[in-house]
Amino acid sequence: MIKNATVLTVTKGTLTNTDVLVSGGKISRIGKGLNAPNGVQEIDATGKFLMPGIIDAHSHIALSAVNEGTSQVTSEVQMGDVIDPFDVSIYRALAGGVTSTHALHGSANVIGGESETLKLRYGSTNPEDLKFENAPRTIKFALGENPTRGGRSRGIQPSSRMGVEAMLRNSFTDAQAYRAKWNAYKADKNPRKIAPEYDLRMETLVDILEGRVLVHCHSYRADEIYMLMKVFADFGITKLTYQHANEAYKVAPELAEFGAMASVFADWWAYKLEVYYSTAYNATILTRNGVTTSINSDSGELIRHLFHEAAKTQKYGDLTDEEALSLITLNPAKQLGIENRVGSIEVGKDADLALFEGHPLSVYAIPVMTFVDGVKYFDRANDIKDQRIYVNPEQAVENVTIFNREDQHRCMDTEVVSFEALFSNNK
Amino acid sequence: MKGAMKRVFQLIIIAIMVPLLSFGQEDDQVMKARGGKFALTNAKIYTVTNGIIENGTLLINNGIIEAVGANVKIPADAEVIDCKGKEIYPGMIDSGTKLGLSEIESIAEANDFSESGDLTPQMQALSAVNPNSVSIPVTRVSGVTTVWTAPAGGVLPGTAATINLFGYTPDQMFAGSKGIIMNFPSSGGGGRFRRRSPEEQAKAVERALKTVNDAWDKAELYAKIEGSGDVRDYPEIEALVPVVKGSMALFIEVNAAKDILTALEWIKKRGYKNVVLTGVAEGWRVADKIAEAKVPVVAGPVQAIPTRDSDAYDAAYANPAIMHKAGVKVAIRTGDTENVRNLPYHAGFAAAYGMGKEEALKAITINAAQILGVSDQIGSIEVGKKANVFVSTGDPFETATKITNVFIDGYLIPMTSQQIRLYDEFLNRTPGVKKNDPAIQIKKK
Repeated sequence: MIKNATVLTVTKGTLTNTDVLVSGGKISRIGKGLNAPNGVQEIDATGKFLMPGIIDAHSHIALSAVNEGTSQVTSEVQMGDVIDPFDVSIYRALAGGVTSTHALHGSANVIGGESETLKLRYGSTNPEDLKFENAPRTIKFALGENPTRGGRSRGIQPSSRMGVEAMLRNSFTDAQAYRAKWNAYKADKNPRKIAPEYDLRMETLVDILEGRVLVHCHSYRADEIYMLMKVFADFGITKLTYQHANEAYKVAPELAEFGAMASVFADWWAYKLEVYYSTAYNATILTRNGVTTSINSDSGELIRHLFHEAAKTQKYGDLTDEEALSLITLNPAKQLGIENRVGSIEVGKDADLALFEGHPLSVYAIPVMTFVDGVKYFDRANDIKDQRIYVNPEQAVENVTIFNREDQHRCMDTEVVSFEALFSNNK
Repeated sequence: MKGAMKRVFQLIIIAIMVPLLSFGQEDDQVMKARGGKFALTNAKIYTVTNGIIENGTLLINNGIIEAVGANVKIPADAEVIDCKGKEIYPGMIDSGTKLGLSEIESIAEANDFSESGDLTPQMQALSAVNPNSVSIPVTRVSGVTTVWTAPAGGVLPGTAATINLFGYTPDQMFAGSKGIIMNFPSSGGGGRFRRRSPEEQAKAVERALKTVNDAWDKAELYAKIEGSGDVRDYPEIEALVPVVKGSMALFIEVNAAKDILTALEWIKKRGYKNVVLTGVAEGWRVADKIAEAKVPVVAGPVQAIPTRDSDAYDAAYANPAIMHKAGVKVAIRTGDTENVRNLPYHAGFAAAYGMGKEEALKAITINAAQILGVSDQIGSIEVGKKANVFVSTGDPFETATKITNVFIDGYLIPMTSQQIRLYDEFLNRTPGVKKNDPAIQIKKK
């Protein structure tokens, strides 16, 4: 039981001097002066702030591979197969109050692989333990410079934003035909009927057409964002979140009308042409136009202070505390379809919680404890420095890797480098 | 009133009104900076070097801080800006950026911070600064008024310069100091995707050190024979001579603990007096040694991943504080280009993780000015210094704080940028969405 905290519920306001009782991994009671049942451990949180565990809707930590770039459509691959539970970035994210990430496929191709929603249960060596059980399936799409660069370098489609649209329409038209074949087969009463060829790539596309997979689309420019809404409207696909979406602010009313959501950076821009006409007010403009918006990291560095990234919306557009906190809790939960489990402090929800010294929207805030399913995975007071689970015995001297802000900016581009490198081997 | 008198009167009115009008412009008009005489009154003034003045006045005249204090007489012709409830700080200084040298990172043609060759110290960053870079207004409206803009790549990539973030030519922007950049040979591998074996690393370091030493040997020789009348033109070596003579600073980029120690040895052996270590990501491991050598540092980025997997998660946040406590003079940099506006947040994280607000503020004002060699002109609010200051609604490290006025070189800077103009245009777009836009209505399957 967490005693006497200032509880930032996100959905039900701020509760001062409040206790939160956790049992069986769930939040079981919230109130003042609660009596802890026998045997329940008490944590004195006087003067501290408790918020829902932070959710990052765009992350590539805890993955041993990011891009399957061998084709412009790779809907048959799944990031669930490449979860790396040993990545120390998981602990560092926990130390920033993060409890869930969306482990996304990269942006090298128009239709990438299925992504995986994780709970940061660091310490287990079994990748399955990190998966957010029963989270909806999601898939990565990509528009603009990244997928067209691959095509352009080889002289094939898509070499332009026109080609990206054509590839999307062709893919879903193929999927409709595939579905029709299987529907005809299933309806066929002939006992000697022959089954059509099974194609996992097409199966996933059909699942998208039928609303069983949420689409998360890497995008920057307003025109490509608008284009995808038109394509999806024509194919009856509704579950759509734009990733990065630096120019989503230009078509915010259209996003709201369509019901599309956006997961954006607080202030990253100018690292390539398609993000030159960005504004750090993007999240505010989207929020004020009624678009469900989140702030993500796409970086092993930024993920450690998403609370601070969200706070920047108070500089760039005066969002309220609750609106700013929603950007990293309830809203990303909605985008991942897990809002009934996490994203706010409410009785019955998972006990994914982050405790802060100082208000999390203050630059001086320091995360001190992080809980996933009521289990404490980070405690600043008992932090042993070396948090590696696995040490490479062949590595005599540990690498010293100097953090480079540009490397972080390029986490989108390195994906493309690997894509091009792959084809250069096939010359 | 007589005709002539009336004309004169009208002219006076126009002379007064034009600058006023040109400040309160409409959206579609260009906003210009303007100089003059300003009195900022009723403010809490953080001088940095002489404490905090409650309810003080700051007088700016012709680009210079003319008076500051609680009892400043306000000249009749000064434009008064009431800062009641607000705070005034010296403009923030970022001691490590590529601002002005790179417009769009992924486009080679838009980058001018790196020249071909390993030994190009004569390359002048100041010549390649684009005064009209879109990033500059984006940065200065956040209260960062001055930056160190530096070439990168190779061993001796060029000469960096301090620039104020206002001006129409590089020389108008020049803030008064330059320095030679040197990348100290790194034993640490070099980037995430270029890991080398220990043997390869050792060989590469040896090679690079030889290149470095050859260049400096030549520079020392050049310094001795300079003026003897028989010296041929050797610009890359000539550029190093001011460092040998101690009249220009050498900025050594070095990060791994082992390399920092090697660099300190190197500095001692060479006997150069005016040297700064930059980056110093692992400075916390050898903080005592840096302090002992009395070499100042430019640390950062503070919001960074630790250098080793085995390090504490907050190693980079705590690095400036550990070095400061060991007695090292510390300035903080972002190492950024387009997001230099985040400088107060790097300082804020350093403050939260052990440095405290006062020291963190020094690290981006007076310490930075001293290390960059411009503390006689900027870095604090003192009479006679350049009027590089900003007014805020509170603690500038906090994101909820607004910067309301910025002065650079005594010019009142318009509080606009491409990003703010896009906000103004698109917050409530006209036209908004076409109701039931058929293009994006979900079609029945």
